[in-house]
Amino acid sequence: MTSELDIFVGNTTLIDEDVYRLWLDGYSVTDAVALRVRSGILEQTGATAAVLQSDTMDHYRTFHMLERLLHAPPKLLHQLIFQIPPSRQALLIERYYAFDEAFVREVLGKKLSKGTKKDLDDISTKTGITLKSCRRQFDNFKRVFKVVEEMRGSLVDNIQQHFLLSDRLARDYAAIVFFANNRFETGKKKLQYLSFGDFAFCAELMIQNWTLGAVGEAPTVPDSQMDDMDMDLDKEFLQDLKELKVLVADKDLLDLHKSLVCTALRGKLGVFSEMEANFKNLSRGLVNVAAKLTHNKDVRDLFVDLVEKFVEPCRSDHWPLSDVRFFLSQYAASVHSLDGFRHQTLWDRYMGTLRGCLLRLYHD
Amino acid sequence: MPGKLKVKIVAGRHLPVMDRASDLTDAFVEVKFGNTTFKTDVYLKSLNPQWNSEWFKFEVDDEDLQDEPLQITVLDHDTYSANDAIGKVYIDIDPLLYSEAATVISGWFPIYDTIHGIRGEINVVVKVDLFNDLNRFRQSSCGVKFFCTTSIPKCYRAVIIHGFVEELVVNEDPEYQWIDRIRTPRASNEARQRLISLMSGELQRKIGLKVLEMRGNAVVGYLQCFDLEGESGLVVRAIGTACTLDKLSSPAAFLPACNSPSKEMKEIPFNEDPNPNTHSSGPSTPLKNQTYSFSPSKSYSRQSSSSDTDLSLTPKTGMGSGSAGKEGGPFKALLRQQTQSALEQREFPFFTLTAFPPGFLVHVGGVVSARSVKLLDRIHNPAFVGIMGNTRSYKLLDWNSFNSDEPETRDAWWAEIRQEIKSHAKALGCHAVVGYSESTSICEEVCILSASGTAAVLNPRFLQDGTVEGCLEQRLEENLPTRCGFCHIPYDELNMPFPAHLTYCYNCRKQKVPDVLFTTIDLPTDATVIGKGCLIQARLCRLKKKAQAEANATAISNLLPFMEYEVHTQLMNKLKLKGMNALFGLRIQITVGENMLMGLASATGVYLAALPTPGGIQIAGKTPNDGSYEQHISHMQKKINDTIAKNKELYEINPPEISEEIIGSPIPEPRQRSRLLRSQSESSDEVTELDLSHGKKDAFVLEIDDTDAMEDVHSLLTDVPPPSGFYSCNTEIMPGINNWTSEIQMFTSVRVIRLSSLNLTNQALNKNFNDLCENLLKSLYFKLRSMIPCCLCHVNFTVSLPEDELIQVTVTAVAITFDKNQALQTTKTHVEKSLQRASTDNEELLQFPLELCSDSLPSHPLPPAKEHLESASSNSGIPAAQRATSVDYSSFADRCSSWIELIKLKAQTIRRGSIKTTVTVEKASPVGDGNFRNRPAPPCANSTVGVVKMTPLSFIPGAKITKYLGIINMFFIRETTSLREEGGVSGFLHAFIAEVFAMVRAHVAALGGNAVVSYIMKQCVFMENPNKNQAQCLINVSGDAVVFVRESDLEVVSTQQPTANCQSSGTEGEVTT
Repeated sequence: MTSELDIFVGNTTLIDEDVYRLWLDGYSVTDAVALRVRSGILEQTGATAAVLQSDTMDHYRTFHMLERLLHAPPKLLHQLIFQIPPSRQALLIERYYAFDEAFVREVLGKKLSKGTKKDLDDISTKTGITLKSCRRQFDNFKRVFKVVEEMRGSLVDNIQQHFLLSDRLARDYAAIVFFANNRFETGKKKLQYLSFGDFAFCAELMIQNWTLGAVGEAPTVPDSQMDDMDMDLDKEFLQDLKELKVLVADKDLLDLHKSLVCTALRGKLGVFSEMEANFKNLSRGLVNVAAKLTHNKDVRDLFVDLVEKFVEPCRSDHWPLSDVRFFLSQYAASVHSLDGFRHQTLWDRYMGTLRGCLLRLYHD
Repeated sequence: MPGKLKVKIVAGRHLPVMDRASDLTDAFVEVKFGNTTFKTDVYLKSLNPQWNSEWFKFEVDDEDLQDEPLQITVLDHDTYSANDAIGKVYIDIDPLLYSEAATVISGWFPIYDTIHGIRGEINVVVKVDLFNDLNRFRQSSCGVKFFCTTSIPKCYRAVIIHGFVEELVVNEDPEYQWIDRIRTPRASNEARQRLISLMSGELQRKIGLKVLEMRGNAVVGYLQCFDLEGESGLVVRAIGTACTLDKLSSPAAFLPACNSPSKEMKEIPFNEDPNPNTHSSGPSTPLKNQTYSFSPSKSYSRQSSSSDTDLSLTPKTGMGSGSAGKEGGPFKALLRQQTQSALEQREFPFFTLTAFPPGFLVHVGGVVSARSVKLLDRIHNPAFVGIMGNTRSYKLLDWNSFNSDEPETRDAWWAEIRQEIKSHAKALGCHAVVGYSESTSICEEVCILSASGTAAVLNPRFLQDGTVEGCLEQRLEENLPTRCGFCHIPYDELNMPFPAHLTYCYNCRKQKVPDVLFTTIDLPTDATVIGKGCLIQARLCRLKKKAQAEANATAISNLLPFMEYEVHTQLMNKLKLKGMNALFGLRIQITVGENMLMGLASATGVYLAALPTPGGIQIAGKTPNDGSYEQHISHMQKKINDTIAKNKELYEINPPEISEEIIGSPIPEPRQRSRLLRSQSESSDEVTELDLSHGKKDAFVLEIDDTDAMEDVHSLLTDVPPPSGFYSCNTEIMPGINNWTSEIQMFTSVRVIRLSSLNLTNQALNKNFNDLCENLLKSLYFKLRSMIPCCLCHVNFTVSLPEDELIQVTVTAVAITFDKNQALQTTKTHVEKSLQRASTDNEELLQFPLELCSDSLPSHPLPPAKEHLESASSNSGIPAAQRATSVDYSSFADRCSSWIELIKLKAQTIRRGSIKTTVTVEKASPVGDGNFRNRPAPPCANSTVGVVKMTPLSFIPGAKITKYLGIINMFFIRETTSLREEGGVSGFLHAFIAEVFAMVRAHVAALGGNAVVSYIMKQCVFMENPNKNQAQCLINVSGDAVVFVRESDLEVVSTQQPTANCQSSGTEGEVTT
């Protein structure tokens, strides 16, 4: 006696959260059944393995049918085939678009292309996430990227509108899209200690302050300019950043800056002497990062540079985070007292964001 | 030209990409009714076209309006080649033809293609303007309401229940026409769908005419079935009960009495009764004569000839006076005479109803059934046989010409069976049959026709108008309140049609009752039941040799009596094992296959307080001297006794102890006997009576003399009771549970198994079949575990044998949750307690979202979902089983807008902090969603798709049905030539059934409804050819589209509408005597 056909269809589509998770995690039916058995569900419900198998198959089939709709979540809302209460729809979507931290760290900042997709095998082996799950997550990134790529307006809003994600998840996707678009390097060994959350935090700050959308006005020539408001960094701004170079190139200015900072921080900083000794190096580092951002390659290396030029030196001198905060505040604020420096607004736009990023990046 | 049909095509959405180059579609729509077709403009390059067409107007006869479906075809325009069809929508406009139902059909319909399934949706508006037509010879029957519900629909009152109506129409099956060889599968499927739609329309119209002739205005318990006879054609047949219904809330007094047959189109002749609560006066027409003159003339002659033989079988029912009971006797006789006068003039005093207005059912005799084996090949039609000769080809034949007589043959077959049923009922001293149904099983050229029902004595008051009421009133009053009347035997105890074991009724102690009662109806609402009921199934397979034509028919005929006998024995054994004494909703299905016969009987067992306590089951061995054998027997005996005791506890059967003297000793013959009368006949009038008596002692004796008997005993013990917290029944509601909550989940489950070996034994076959059914039930219990405590109601099993080694079982049922706290009040058994423990977690899970909705969300900042996901996935692997499949589809879940993670978090808090969420919370805030979104974007809550509930029951728990919008009767075919790509047979059928549900819901929503009640899947024919990567499936579903209002919402409304006094579930209709 073999079962040829075995289905269960409810007027309201049954969604088992646990099976959904197993499916999302890319387990085969057999593995999923094994895992469910291990969870002790048989003992709790008095069911048999055959029942579990049939139940799992049913759910997998349903999810498979739903997957097509999940690719365009608004469709899930308007379709008539599956009657699913709104709360469940939200759950299906949210979970489908959720991703693994380990996975996202691997692909963050990489081009979402076929080439990267081919590397998923390695990522799967490295992270222990099933290849199927990797593919889903990768395809999600790519799909979201494709949809919002050409769109104007707020990145987060666009994502939320077209994928019906929760606010939190939409912000994460905005970060992923932003990183993929600007191809920031995140994979270097130096950067391994950083979490996705760190990058996402920085991405958000950068989107808010360094992109065209951040200025709050349309590009100067709307038709010809194909820059996306939120996804691309403001080229003009990057160009202008060169002007900051004077802060380190002008010896007097640099000395004045240093003395202002030292005066303000004297006695308040545990690592004052180290700071004093390193001030010029640190300042040079930070300003040079800004000046180099006109080149795409240097943009990509932004995080590498920040870690190399600022995080690592401070860390080797065992700066506590509070000291870093004091220093950066003072460092940024003191520039306003430099009479010879004319680019105050530019400096604030740059340093405001950078300070936030650095503080987030500064940990072990 | 009495009608104008107006159609507007508004828009489409989610259309498939038809042009690969542009990834878009140039869609336009053809609207066809009868022979007229209109087209919309082509909407270029869009998957969401906005046609916004003008109103297309069709001027048509109302006859056509009833018969024809509106056919909407969506196509992709192609400049150079033929236009490609995207799919179709068939809309039955019948609901627009009666005054009280829908006035407009408007909404999104799935665009359906028989090869690709649903491909997008189309928004359509349909209206009908009917003109008055005073032509008395008209062929239409617009205005007659149809209900699938097998009881008087809620919010209506039965003025008169006229009786049985039936009709059938026959046509050639397009699938077997010669043209099918040259046309595409799609064209063939569409021809079939259209034809069946047309035939259903015609059938309904014809039945409507009969109802009008009977002066009725509605058909209740309308059951329409298709017989796919293959080469010999397609039969669409329907039965129902004609009634005159009166809307309860509507002020019927507005309508003047108009009983003339030529009445206004949309005005149904209400039975002029200004006050719905009294039943008096009214210019009643002499109904007797009318019903008499009305009978279908066709089969009339045939019947009168056979009715002579019936008379001989009929016991002297009319002469029962004086002998039965003390006080009830004379009354009974009087009643009988009166009812008889009303009923005997009917051709078939049958009623398809299974639940009745209080007082309608006087006595119940028992189940009557009849089966007949027919050869489809042998159609008694000279023209057909003559022309067909040796060749089976249909080429060049205008089949309409010789087909016209064919309904006669089928009519005659059914007339024969009905006659048999009638005579069986008479033999039981009953003049009517209630809970009547008919079915067929076809395999190749052999067809088994089956009919069954419950013989009963009815109260004539509902069958005719008020003439006899005066003399009955006071008698009814003194007789009815006993609540046990229906159990009392209708036949004369000195002249019993079969040996039976009678005792005085345990309730009134005055009348005689049988020891066991089998019926096909629902449990009467006023019956006193002890404990809870349960689903009881008898399952049986018998191998048969493959044979051709007549030999095959004979073989089947020979097997049938044994099947019936064994099914009956099994039912009896299982009933005893449950410690119960009555079966309701009994449905015995015999399915014929190439090499086997399957029998499946389902019923709901209960313990009726009026009937005696059932005896146990005693096992007796044939070889009493063998010691080890004895030991084995006694071991078995012990097991059986244990099971009975356990079941009694499980179902809370604790009848009050009654000392023997009061009851008196059993009367005449101390033999166990059930009320099952049946017969088989193979195209003959011969009636075979089976003696189904068993045993000689008070206890039921099982003799183990061979392996078969051993197997029986084993199978008895292998039936596992449902897990705690679950109950199941196949009737409308579960006896003993009244506190339903509003959460329902209707589902269909299909299983097909392939029998492994070729040389199977009966035993192995039985085991396979038994396992199949048991496993299916187990799966259902597992899947629905999050609804505990709940009851599977109206569990409907259908068995078919699509191929040699395949067995297909289809189950449709509804799971309804109930409030366990109230359930606990009635009883405090261990079972219930453990159940309570087991479900505590779920209870909380089900309640927290509401809490969340009402207070926490607005104030609560959105938690970082990601972190929750992380934590959740880390403990994943698998979380506890109790988190389970959530089916939180109750009303409050619908309005809970989003953030599941938050919900989960909240749930944890609730559990840890042991915050008591009470049931009252659940009732709060009926609507109001999405207020809590702090960003504009995630619009999950403003989904445009309204929820449509579906249920096989005639009611919706916790809600009131305020309006019936018409019947839904849909037939779909789905075919695939890429079975593997669609996920194999399971994937294919899963998707198809989901699509069928979607289309039913869409139609209901378009009618303005929010639920389907009395939903059934009448047919699910599945054929596969995996080698060719092909499969085909036909599904036929029906139900009543309704509008319901939650009772909690109703309270608010009721201040404005104090007169809206629709009856809630359970009791319907009103009787004032």
